[in-house]
Amino acid sequence: MMVDITINNVETSVPDGTTILEAAKSLGVHIPTLCHLDLHDIKMVNRVGTCRVCMVEVDGRRNLLPSCSTTVSPGMKVYTNTKRAVSARRQIVELLLSNHPKECLSCERNQNCELQALAAELGIREIHFKGPRLKTEKDSSSYSIVKNFEKCVLCRRCETMCNEIQTVGVYSPVHRGFDTVMGTAFDRKMLDTNCTFCGQCVSVCPTAALTETDDTSKVWDAINDPDKIVIAQTAPAIRVALGEPFGLPVGTRVTGKMVSALRKIGFDKVMDTDFAADLTIMEEASELIHRIRHGGRLPILTSCCPAWVKFIEHQFPTLLDIPSTCKSPHEMFGAIAKTYLADKLGVAADKIVVVSIMPCLAKKFEAKRDELSGKTSGSDVDYVVSTRELARMIREAGINFVNLQDEDFDDVMGESTGASVIFGTTGGVIEAAVRTAAAWLDKDNPNPEIDFTQLRGLEGVREAEVEIAGMKLNIAIAHGLGNARNLLTQIRDGNVKYHAIEIMACPSGCVGGGGQPYHGNNIETLKKRAAAIYKEDEAKTVRRSHENLQIKKLYDEFLGEPYGEKAHELLHTHFSARDIL
Amino acid sequence: MTRQIRIALRNCGVIDPENINDYIATGGYDALAKAIFSMSQDDVIDTMKKSGLRGRGGAGFPTGIKWETARKAKSDKKYVLCNADEGDPGAFMDRSVLEGDPHCVLEAMAICGYAIGASEGIIYVRAEYPLAVKRLQIAIDQAKELGLFGENILGSGFSFDIRLYFGAGAFVCGEETSLMNSVQGGRGEPRLKPPFPANVGLWDKPTNINNVETYANVTQIVRNGWEWYRQFGTEKSAGTKVFALAGKVNNVGLVEVPMGTTLREIIYDIGGGIQHHKKFKSAQTGGPSGGCIPAEHLDTPIDYESLIALGSMMGSGGMIVMDEDDCMVGIAKFYLTFTAEESCGKCTPCRIGNMRLLEILTRITEGDGTEDDLKKLESLGQTIKDTALCGLGQSSPNPILSTLHYFYDEYMAHVDEKRCPSGTCTKLVGYKILPEKCTGCTVCARNCPVNCISGERKKTHVIDQKRCIKCGVCFSKCPFKAIIRG
Repeated sequence: MMVDITINNVETSVPDGTTILEAAKSLGVHIPTLCHLDLHDIKMVNRVGTCRVCMVEVDGRRNLLPSCSTTVSPGMKVYTNTKRAVSARRQIVELLLSNHPKECLSCERNQNCELQALAAELGIREIHFKGPRLKTEKDSSSYSIVKNFEKCVLCRRCETMCNEIQTVGVYSPVHRGFDTVMGTAFDRKMLDTNCTFCGQCVSVCPTAALTETDDTSKVWDAINDPDKIVIAQTAPAIRVALGEPFGLPVGTRVTGKMVSALRKIGFDKVMDTDFAADLTIMEEASELIHRIRHGGRLPILTSCCPAWVKFIEHQFPTLLDIPSTCKSPHEMFGAIAKTYLADKLGVAADKIVVVSIMPCLAKKFEAKRDELSGKTSGSDVDYVVSTRELARMIREAGINFVNLQDEDFDDVMGESTGASVIFGTTGGVIEAAVRTAAAWLDKDNPNPEIDFTQLRGLEGVREAEVEIAGMKLNIAIAHGLGNARNLLTQIRDGNVKYHAIEIMACPSGCVGGGGQPYHGNNIETLKKRAAAIYKEDEAKTVRRSHENLQIKKLYDEFLGEPYGEKAHELLHTHFSARDIL
Repeated sequence: MTRQIRIALRNCGVIDPENINDYIATGGYDALAKAIFSMSQDDVIDTMKKSGLRGRGGAGFPTGIKWETARKAKSDKKYVLCNADEGDPGAFMDRSVLEGDPHCVLEAMAICGYAIGASEGIIYVRAEYPLAVKRLQIAIDQAKELGLFGENILGSGFSFDIRLYFGAGAFVCGEETSLMNSVQGGRGEPRLKPPFPANVGLWDKPTNINNVETYANVTQIVRNGWEWYRQFGTEKSAGTKVFALAGKVNNVGLVEVPMGTTLREIIYDIGGGIQHHKKFKSAQTGGPSGGCIPAEHLDTPIDYESLIALGSMMGSGGMIVMDEDDCMVGIAKFYLTFTAEESCGKCTPCRIGNMRLLEILTRITEGDGTEDDLKKLESLGQTIKDTALCGLGQSSPNPILSTLHYFYDEYMAHVDEKRCPSGTCTKLVGYKILPEKCTGCTVCARNCPVNCISGERKKTHVIDQKRCIKCGVCFSKCPFKAIIRG
């Protein structure tokens, strides 16, 4: 049913259930918003109406109405820019600013802050209401996320994301009135909560109330230490997003510029986590085949996503025998770098510093896990910096990113296949595993399938049946922890039978990771990044992990058999149950 | 007292509230039986609509229309909620009904359940009302024993059960959607409306929610018919209203009068006028978010519309009378302190706006205010009214806006002359001894709690202004009116 309304005296007809904000947008009328967020495709819709910025005047209504959460009704006459609406909007923003630390110049979100942009958009030049600010303690306890709720505007996006989409439930408002803040259960430090550190709260936070833990200074120190060999490894999803902070169109592949920038920053070696992703496939596909052939526990769950791993440890401690025991790719990289590569380079393992450039904040926590300490020295991975942090480092180094010449990764651990690239988006890991499994199981087929498009897409939970050499593999994919919870509950209750399942904590997978450049509340950004990932895959001549020549060499020279003894020692890990609170 | 007509309070103090037979003897549960056995669901709703009964909890929404909406909503499950979270300071009409006549609320909820097609009722009652809680539970148990609640009531096929849920004392939980969040175990903060509870309420099911006093009228309307009820009150506001009369009147307490009674009748005829023959200054109605009505409107007939037109509201029926000694700026500050503290913090205007208003008011009462501050109060107050998410925020500036409107001169005295005309803003008050009148009797010095008055017997005394705490004891004790305040 269509509903006729007028907005600023312009007549229009919109479907029943449309909000005033959406209707205005369809007419090209802009209404400023702050708390509102609609990422419809991943079901993240924050329509709490708390900030009261988007207020509009509607004929016959006593009060102004929030356009983000008011649906149209027949004959409605809406005015978006009357003096009353505009002045109320300005006062609301002034109120928010009156309770905000005005440290924009030194703030993490300077020039990238929705509140700052809003103040500029409304032309706020003076804050008429002055008064004390609410003081809260900054929480830097976790290795991933810094909570500084003095900068919080109580938009509740983090709460919606964490409670409804991720079903983790870390945040909830506590206290009341002016003292209201987003709090954790029993006011615990972030490190002591059941937070998975997926960082999705950070990616939707409009201000710097939630940010990543900044590890760039430690990396600069390592780079400037002449005794250290500092090796950068880059995750698949970085190369399709790093161009954004430098003004390149969303979805631009910047692999070559990224390598070049890392060299210019001063990394001694620039290598690729994609190499380790191929290695992961070797191990994971072998584990899958091993489990199928030896009657092991099925389904096998991918374990590349550290937020997902922490989620299952907290929420489903009885299912800890189903994830693959494979370490995540960057951890495998670290383990190989500090053994095999150290030998090749002829340096002691403790001279090597491995820096992972990740789209992820959970990887920061993962790198600190005790069980992921190297056999020879310290952690497998020393530091993890996010895509956003790398962009900052590139700026700090004064590098003109856009004009960089493409460069190639360094040898030994720099080669990768198309299969490893698609790790960066939902469905990619399982597709990569299936590519290799298909080739291995269907030995007589000279041309095994490569593109398993039935595994791709943005649907929260996807199921597919893949037939390989007469064997039917039932596969499921979930992205977003709420979707993962649904799937796991069914597995726990024995309602479903799958052979293999891929789970990624972040909606849309690593392209939408908590450490990626801010997506500007635009789902198209995530889609374009995913499309770029598949383009990168197509552009590769080798698209199956086991065909990676450097990987073959690694097994021949060092590891021996996939899923063998040495591989177990270096490339596999274990999980431990954690409390739910 | 003759002007009172008791409908909601009819049984209070008359029957033993812990004995169901007392209630039945007054015709109790007749209305429920009448509704179930001789009226259709639509008949009940039609009666409620024609009666003109409007919600007694604050906004005055027509009860019959609420019920009708809940009746029309399609769902496998519906709820009847009773809002017994009476939170206005000084208001205790709901408490009196719950403590004095609990069955009339239970019966009305069952009638509502029958009308809208619900089988479960929940009373959200303040845990700070232990006697009300106790008597409600006794009433529920006794009614169940007699088969008046539970499965298949009186063999009619209609089933209805009621349980209690205790509120923890947050004022905002009196707002219906916050109340529902609280019952669901969530944080007491409002939801966006629409959808309204009648369509999407408790556990997202259609829910009818009325307050105690509203329900207390229902049984009488069903029993006696809507025409009977219509004889009381005005065309737009039918029936009676209970007010909690308090403040500087001679007779304080609950009064139940027909809608349309004037303030003057309530304050002077029923309340017995102002204490100590002082001058009436203002009546504050509608609880902490109501407004202050000045003397020139004493003859306004009270109903929902007239109070809103005066910048106040009916609210739940609080009525606090103020005399010439009350400072209107101080009163506004008092109420705002309450609402700012009780704001749930969800929306920006209520969370931050009320705090900023309070800071401005504090400045004014401490002599640091400016004329510009008055403009800010007006404009920010209006914005908060316009933009806040729920009724609490939308009405919290009322005490400021109404006093600004009616008592602007008093505000001006505070900001311009740094003077509090009623002498209650302690920072603006000073006491001085007039040498020509002082006899040196020493009464002031002996009564001063901080010993800051000195002087020899039979000689002029002096107040040490640095140590004076401005309590005003000397002023009131001086037998020769030798001490002036200013």
